[in-house]
This record gives sequence, structure tokens and C-alpha cells, in this order.
Amino acid sequence: MAEFIRFDRITKFYGPLCVVENLDLGIGKGEFVSLLGPSGSGKTTLLMMLAGFEQPTAGEILLDGTSINAVPTYKRDMGVVFQSYALFPHMSVGDNIAFPLQMRGIGKAGIDERVKRALDMVQLSTLSDRRPSQLSGGQQQRVALARALVFEPRVVLMDEPLGALDKQLREQMQLDIRDLHRRLGLTIVFVTHDQSEALTMSDRVAVFNKGKIEQIGTPRQVYDEPATRFVAEFIGETNLVEGVVETVQGAEATVRLPSGAQIVSAVSGSIASGQSVFLSIRPERVDLSETRSEGRNVLETEVTDSVYQGDHLRVQLHNATHPLIAKLGRRSREFPPGTKVFAAFSAGDCRVIAP
Amino acid sequence: MPMKVAKATFAMLTIIFLVAPLIAILPLAFTSSVILTYPIPSWSLRWFEELFFADAWRRAIFNSLIIGTGTTLLATALGTAASLGLRNRLLFFRGSMRTLFLLPMVVPAVVLGVGMQVLLAGFGLTNSYIGVIIAHTVVAVPFVVVSVTGALAGIDERVELAAQSLGASPATVFRRITLPLAMPGVLSGAVLAFATSLDEVVLTLFVAGPNQRTLARQMFSSIRENISPAIAAAAFLFIAGTVLIGLVVVVSRSIMAERR
Ligand SMILES: Nc1ncnc2c1ncn2[C@@H]1O[C@H](COP(=O)(O)OP(=O)(O)OP(=O)(O)O)[C@@H](O)[C@H]1O
Ligand SMILES: [Mg+2]
Repeated sequence: MAEFIRFDRITKFYGPLCVVENLDLGIGKGEFVSLLGPSGSGKTTLLMMLAGFEQPTAGEILLDGTSINAVPTYKRDMGVVFQSYALFPHMSVGDNIAFPLQMRGIGKAGIDERVKRALDMVQLSTLSDRRPSQLSGGQQQRVALARALVFEPRVVLMDEPLGALDKQLREQMQLDIRDLHRRLGLTIVFVTHDQSEALTMSDRVAVFNKGKIEQIGTPRQVYDEPATRFVAEFIGETNLVEGVVETVQGAEATVRLPSGAQIVSAVSGSIASGQSVFLSIRPERVDLSETRSEGRNVLETEVTDSVYQGDHLRVQLHNATHPLIAKLGRRSREFPPGTKVFAAFSAGDCRVIAP
Repeated sequence: MPMKVAKATFAMLTIIFLVAPLIAILPLAFTSSVILTYPIPSWSLRWFEELFFADAWRRAIFNSLIIGTGTTLLATALGTAASLGLRNRLLFFRGSMRTLFLLPMVVPAVVLGVGMQVLLAGFGLTNSYIGVIIAHTVVAVPFVVVSVTGALAGIDERVELAAQSLGASPATVFRRITLPLAMPGVLSGAVLAFATSLDEVVLTLFVAGPNQRTLARQMFSSIRENISPAIAAAAFLFIAGTVLIGLVVVVSRSIMAERR
């Protein structure tokens, strides 16, 4: 995929506060990249710099190979969807969507036709004459989306656009946006702090922490192969177990836990033997049985609690030195507290992470 | 319960205190007598005729309209520009600057009057319409600034950013977004400026010549020369005008609110 947007060693200070630190990020044409991270990690700031509302303190932003640092917002041709919608309160829905077309000097007939198509796309054709204040949150959201897309911008930037919607509508909109992305081949930069949203929608996810990207990769990569402890804990739920590396062979390492158990685990990044590390084990990859299974990692544990949660059974376990959580399929048998069980998982289902 | 009654009574008393002068003067506009006192012998509209046909009064009304209109235009333009400038986050001493704009509200009119006279004389503008309009504008601008600043504060900055990202240059953002959204504030600022000019006496005394006698000024001098009920008729005109302006503001605001 050809690189379209590049952040080249971008740093941003607000007074003495460093909000984005020496950040490099490339985004391909037609790619859907999510910026995911906790509150205050600099996601919005990065997006605002891309849109041209803020200037980087240092570094360069390139679009299609040329620097856009000196290009004012209105010449950047990027559609922005704000978390707060930012619709024009004094214009009708139709006029809101027509605005970017008017700015581009498109004729009346052309505008009418494209506004109509945009309204159809977000299923609001009947509400064209309403004012934004007469719409529900979800409808306003869709108007904001239509307005940002109607002029076929080079890039669409979205800052937590679904934050204000209820769960059902949010999931619907997630699918709608993803569908639009595929159909129109849009390049989208999407900010969110909801990890499942990022995983559902993106081609790649950039995980932010304190102004830096901790890891960037496909949803599968950041979930299955977390590079750092922060990523492992921030995305999904995980069991983190301390241990010491005994040997490393290629992409696998043997780790000794404080309880004496030996675990064979996949490795990402450079790990040396003798190093103390964390093991990240996803709860849903853990199987429980009363017999020791061969060829897999096995921990002897005791059930402390088990909760039925509708779509899965959540079992809390305790081994000699640390707790462990397992999520079992809905059809799994019950494990009453006190049951002694073997928790088993493959080497590929756990990762060694340097602390 | 007694507390409630007491509160209501005090409210009533305050209202009476405020409107008593109006109640005292208004009926006299319709007297047939030649002096400005009660009792009223019989009702007549002769003093309104006097107002509209006597040369001095007619000129005064005409002057008030010219000067009021000029002041409204100038003060609204300047006050709106100032409010837009005060919005700039990068401005140093923004708070003190804003206070500075409100200064003419608290500085005694007499002081301003003397200052204006000296200044206008320096430019050869005493005894001219322009001079009076400038003087009135000085005291009218604060009202516009307060009103427009309030309206601008209510605008979500992200709406303007969104317009920029959709391709609007700063000038277009101002014309299509900022100004329409601030319009209710600009309008009520303009109305306040007009009202300020209409009843400004002190500055007018200092800077206006005999040719720029405004209605307020004419009332002021005629109450000393001859106490004719024409003053009451003029006062009636004032009050009717004010109520009308007030209505315009209220209606335009509610229309704006509906449009939002
Ligand atoms: N205009 C500003 N002036 C000073 N500090 C700012 C400004 N904007 C943001 N910050 C600070 O920069 C940091 C990053 O803010 P940013 O808005 O980028 O976070 P975010 O990752 O978008 O968080 P959230 O998920 O809460 O929206 C925060 O600590 C914030 O307080
Ligand atoms: Mg944010």
C-alpha cells in the first residue's frame, strides 16, 4: 500500500507539557487507522495537527510526499468529524451538507444532487429541512458524517465520533462507517478510546500512551502479539504472570514461574535468558480440565469463583503464587469453587513481554 | 407565608418607585392646558401637533434620528470589531483590555464631555453632526461590546474549526458562520446604541451646536425656559419608541432562537 500520510518525528508541546513526543507514523492510501489510547494520551492533538488546527512544535507532516506544515486547514481537503458533531446550528441539515460543496464552487444542480445522495447514504433523506437542534444525537452524528464525506476529501479524520451514542446505534454506525470506507476507498484516521471499536473497524491500530505509539499493527497483531505490558493490559483482558526466562529458541522461550512451573511461550521483541519478564495469557485461550493434557503448558490451579455471564463463563483460579482468569465457552461445564483443575494453554497463546 | 407577602410587597413598591415618574408625566401629554401641571382640564392632542409642527421640536426629532442612526452604525461596527478582537486567545492582558472597553460606562459623562469638546475642537468638529455622533459613539460602544461579546462566547469554537476543515477561508468562516451566529448580540447591541444616543444629554450639551439640538437636549432646555406640556408629549414619544425597540429586540431574539 502506497504511503499517503506521514508523521515525521512530530513533537508537540503545550507550554512545558509534552503531549506528543517524537512520533513517527505512516498511513497508507485507503487505509483505516485507529488511534487508540487512554484519555490524555495525545490522540486528539495528533489529529488536530493533521487537520491543521494545531501546529507541531517540531517535525513534519507529509501528505502524498509533500510537507503540509504551512498549508492552512481550509486548503488541506480533509473531512473532520468532531466528537461534539460541530454542526452549523443556524443552517438546515441540507445546508450543512451543502456547505463544503458551496466552498468548492460547485453549481446548484450538482450540489442538490450530491446532498441528496449523501442524505440517502446516511438514511436521513426525510430530515433535510430540519435544524440540527431538532435531531437526535445519532441523527446529528450522521449529518456530521455526511458533511465530512460529501466532498470526497482526501482524508477523513474522526475524533471519537461515536462517543455520544448508545451501544446499539454505536455498533450500527461502526458497521456503516466501515462499509463506507470499503465502498469509497477512503483514507480514514479514527480516534477512539474504546478498544473493541478500534479492533472492529480498523485495518491497523496505533496504541497510544503518553504521547508515544506503543505499538502499531493489525487488530490481530496488537491483540495476539502485544509488544508491551501497556498494550497487553489496555487491549482486552489479560493475565499477567511474572517469571524468569530460562532459554530462548527462535520464536519461543521457556519461562520459569515463581511456583516452579515451566511455561513455553511465543516471544515478541528481543529477550535474553536470565531476564525477568511478564507472560501475557488471554483468559479465553485458557482451557480447564481435571486431567493433565500433554504437549501444552499446564498450571495446577484451584477454582476460587465462577460467574456465568451469558455469552461466557468466567472462572477465577488460584495457583500457588498468582491468580488466573479463564473465560470458557457458554457450553462449558460448571466448576464449583474449590475444584482442583489444570489450566492449559498452547505456547502460541501466550506471549513473553519485557517489563 | 408572611415572608412571601413581604417579598411581593417589596417588589411592588420597587416597581412603583421605578415607574412613578412615567405615570406622573404621561397623562400630561394629553392635556389641553398650556402649563405642565395637574389637574388636567380636558384631553387633547395639541401638544403632539406642537411637537410635529413647531420648528424647534421638529428639528430636534430629525436631529435625534440622524445622530441616533449614525451612532448606531458606527458604534455597532466598532463594538463588533472590538469584541471579535477580544476573542483572540493570544491577546495579552485580555481581561484588562475588556475592562478598558467598558470604561465609558463608568467615567462621569461630564469628564468625557470636557475631553470630547477639547478633542473635537482640535479637529474642528465641534458644532457638527459628525462631532456629536463621535461623542455618542464613545458611550454607546460599551453596550455593543457587552452584548456582542456575550453572543460570541456562546459560539462553539469547533463549529468554526469544522467550517475551516470543510474548505472555508477565515473570511468565509466569519461571513457564513461567526457573524450569523453572533447576529442576535449584534442586533441588541445596535438597539442599545441607538437608545443610548437618543437619551444622551450631557455629552450633547458639551459638543453640539444649536444646529444639532437633539430631542433630549431640546426637552432639557425647554423645561427651563417654558414648562410646556410639549415636553410630556416628547416623553411619551420616547417611551413609545423604547417599548417598540424593546419589542423588536424580543421578537428578533425569539426568531433567532427558533432558527438555532
Ligand atoms: N489547548 C491545549 N492547551 C494545553 N494543554 C492541552 C491543550 N489541548 C490538550 N492539552 C493537553 O494535552 C494532553 C493530550 O490531550 P489530547 O486532547 O490530545 O488527549 P486525548 O488522547 O485526545 O484524550 P481523550 O481521550 O480524553 O480525548 C492532555 O494532557 C491535555 O490536557
Ligand atoms: Mg480527545
